[in-house]
Amino acid sequence: MSIAKILLADDEKPFVETMTKRLKKREIESVAAHDGKEALERLAGDDGIEVVILDIKMPVMDGMTALKEIKSKYPLVEVIMLTGHATVETGIDGMKMGAFDYLMKPCDMEQLVAKVKEAAERKRKQEQKIMEARVQAITLRRP
Amino acid sequence: MADDTSKTRYSHLLRNVVLTILLTAITPTVIVSLFVLDEFRSSYEKKVHDHLELLVRKHKRTIDMFLEEKLMDIRMLAGANTYADLSDESTLNRKFDEMQKAFDRTFVDLGLVDHSGRQIAYAGPHGLTGVSYADTDWFKEAIGSSYFISDVFKGLRGEPHFIVAVRHVHQEKPWILRATIDFGEFNDLVEYLRIGDTGFAFILNKTGQFQTTPTANVTPEEKKALWSDIRRVERPQSIFRKMKGDGQEALYAVTDLKKGNWIMVLRQDVKDAYAELKNAQRIAGLIILIGALIIVATSLVVSHRLIRRISKADEEKQIADKEKDMLSQQVIETGKLASIGELAAGIAHEINNPVAIMIEEAGWVEDLLEEEEFGKSENLDELHRALKQINTQGRRCKEITHKLLSFARKTDSRTMEISINDLLEEIVYLSSQRAKYSNIELHSDFEGDLPPISASETEMQQVFLNLVNNALDAMEKTGGTLTIRSRRVDDGIEVTIADTGIGIAEANLKRVFDPFYTTKPVGKGTGLGLSICFGIINKIGGDIQAQSQKGEGTTFAIRIPVIASQNEKGDSS
Repeated sequence: MSIAKILLADDEKPFVETMTKRLKKREIESVAAHDGKEALERLAGDDGIEVVILDIKMPVMDGMTALKEIKSKYPLVEVIMLTGHATVETGIDGMKMGAFDYLMKPCDMEQLVAKVKEAAERKRKQEQKIMEARVQAITLRRP
Repeated sequence: MADDTSKTRYSHLLRNVVLTILLTAITPTVIVSLFVLDEFRSSYEKKVHDHLELLVRKHKRTIDMFLEEKLMDIRMLAGANTYADLSDESTLNRKFDEMQKAFDRTFVDLGLVDHSGRQIAYAGPHGLTGVSYADTDWFKEAIGSSYFISDVFKGLRGEPHFIVAVRHVHQEKPWILRATIDFGEFNDLVEYLRIGDTGFAFILNKTGQFQTTPTANVTPEEKKALWSDIRRVERPQSIFRKMKGDGQEALYAVTDLKKGNWIMVLRQDVKDAYAELKNAQRIAGLIILIGALIIVATSLVVSHRLIRRISKADEEKQIADKEKDMLSQQVIETGKLASIGELAAGIAHEINNPVAIMIEEAGWVEDLLEEEEFGKSENLDELHRALKQINTQGRRCKEITHKLLSFARKTDSRTMEISINDLLEEIVYLSSQRAKYSNIELHSDFEGDLPPISASETEMQQVFLNLVNNALDAMEKTGGTLTIRSRRVDDGIEVTIADTGIGIAEANLKRVFDPFYTTKPVGKGTGLGLSICFGIINKIGGDIQAQSQKGEGTTFAIRIPVIASQNEKGDSS
């Protein structure tokens, strides 16, 4: 039983592999993708993904474009931007586009886990709110 | 040293300019002056010679006429009377009286001498009747020619005189009527000829004996030397210069008298003859000297002014060159940093990913070690230590890459209005703990009411923190004083950060802003701090300068321009 399911999108395969193993050890299940386009494909094929960890610099489709796509298609999925050269500006830009937070590479594992948990929690809360709203809508529906 | 070299160069230049002006101005003046003076001298000398020649000619005529007249008088007397008449002393006395009346005292006496030389009749004061002249030179010469004028001689009366004689024949025997001419009157006639202060005349006979008494002293040596010249020079008339006996030079004019039997000499000291010339030459020399002095003075004044202007222009050029050098140095520095910045950004990004992987792998190993099967390993602690070290060093790499990226201006560079003093207060606060532990006294001296600057707060914080950290590093072992000062300057704000630390060697001072340049121990500094500071300050149009004295400390001075409108406001308030 995992505490969250994430999609880890980074073009550095060894990084993704190690992270996956380390996250798994911390009960976080991860799905790997190596570019923005693949990340979108993975998301389309797996609706259990709660958080996407998205590297900004990637081939085929970069992180910012992928973020835009993800947020438009799956607004509830939380995205944490991960970058080798994160700056306040890029972080803020990402957050303006709907990212949950940003982290700098190499990042502290415990910090990452904490952020993932926060993001997953938020997604769940959002989903719960939506669910509640639906339930309420149904229950309060006038015959 | 440089000053001495330029002083020597300017003094050489001054000397050359002065010499050139003097040569070009004085040389023609001297040549023209010498030419004019020489022309003047030769024309003046010619004038003196001509004048002398004219005088001598005129006088020669006068003396010749005098002698001719006296001879004519005697000839007329001899021609108009017979031997018998004249041999009668009473007749002769009467004739003599008539002549005395007619010619004053020119004729001293009158005598009739027969063919044997005996004076048979005599009229005059000396009572010479009956004396014999048979053995005298004049008689011997007079008896042989129809008329005769003798040289001056003392004769029987013991006084200088000369004789004018006419020969006639009576009963086929010659007789002579002779008259003695008053020497004084003849001498006066010659003495009358005076030129200037020293010019006088005298007459010599064919053997070089004086026929008149010279008014000035003519030594025998002078006469001897003169006589040899007189025989040599062309006559009847000639002018020449010659040394006198007293060492002075004299001008001599000589001319023949009495058909070459006498020679009249006119002598004048050259000094006297050319006195006017000398005077004119002295005045001309004085004028030339004054002119030359004026030229020298003018050339000195003009040259000094010229050299002053040249040196001023040189100084201005040096300053301009220096400024140009500094500017081009800054341009090079900025360009260098920009290109290195781009390179750094690329490298940073490329390095960051493998470093991240390394850290993750180390983390993974650490994760694995936590599993039970590895818990019993003897080297577990050592493995943990090694992994921790990998992690630490990986994070150091991360710091370096982040600094590199910051250097490449990829940090938060949004500009805003910042109060420098607030920023510095924060830096002082942040550094106070470290300073305390390193035994460093922290002084802050901030000028109040400084206008805000337009810059990125994080960047400015980075700049000041970098400089303060460097200063603290420099005094970490020894302790010391760190002074942070802010003040208003003409074109903005100046912040100085001065420490009393180990200082920077002069050779290194030029390189402190170069990227990757550090004097700190390995692992302590990246060599990027100051180049980042340089890049940031340069970007906002400021300037950063370092001054240091080895062993005494280092001062960094940062000038930051203030916001234009605030600047104006600040100026007007």
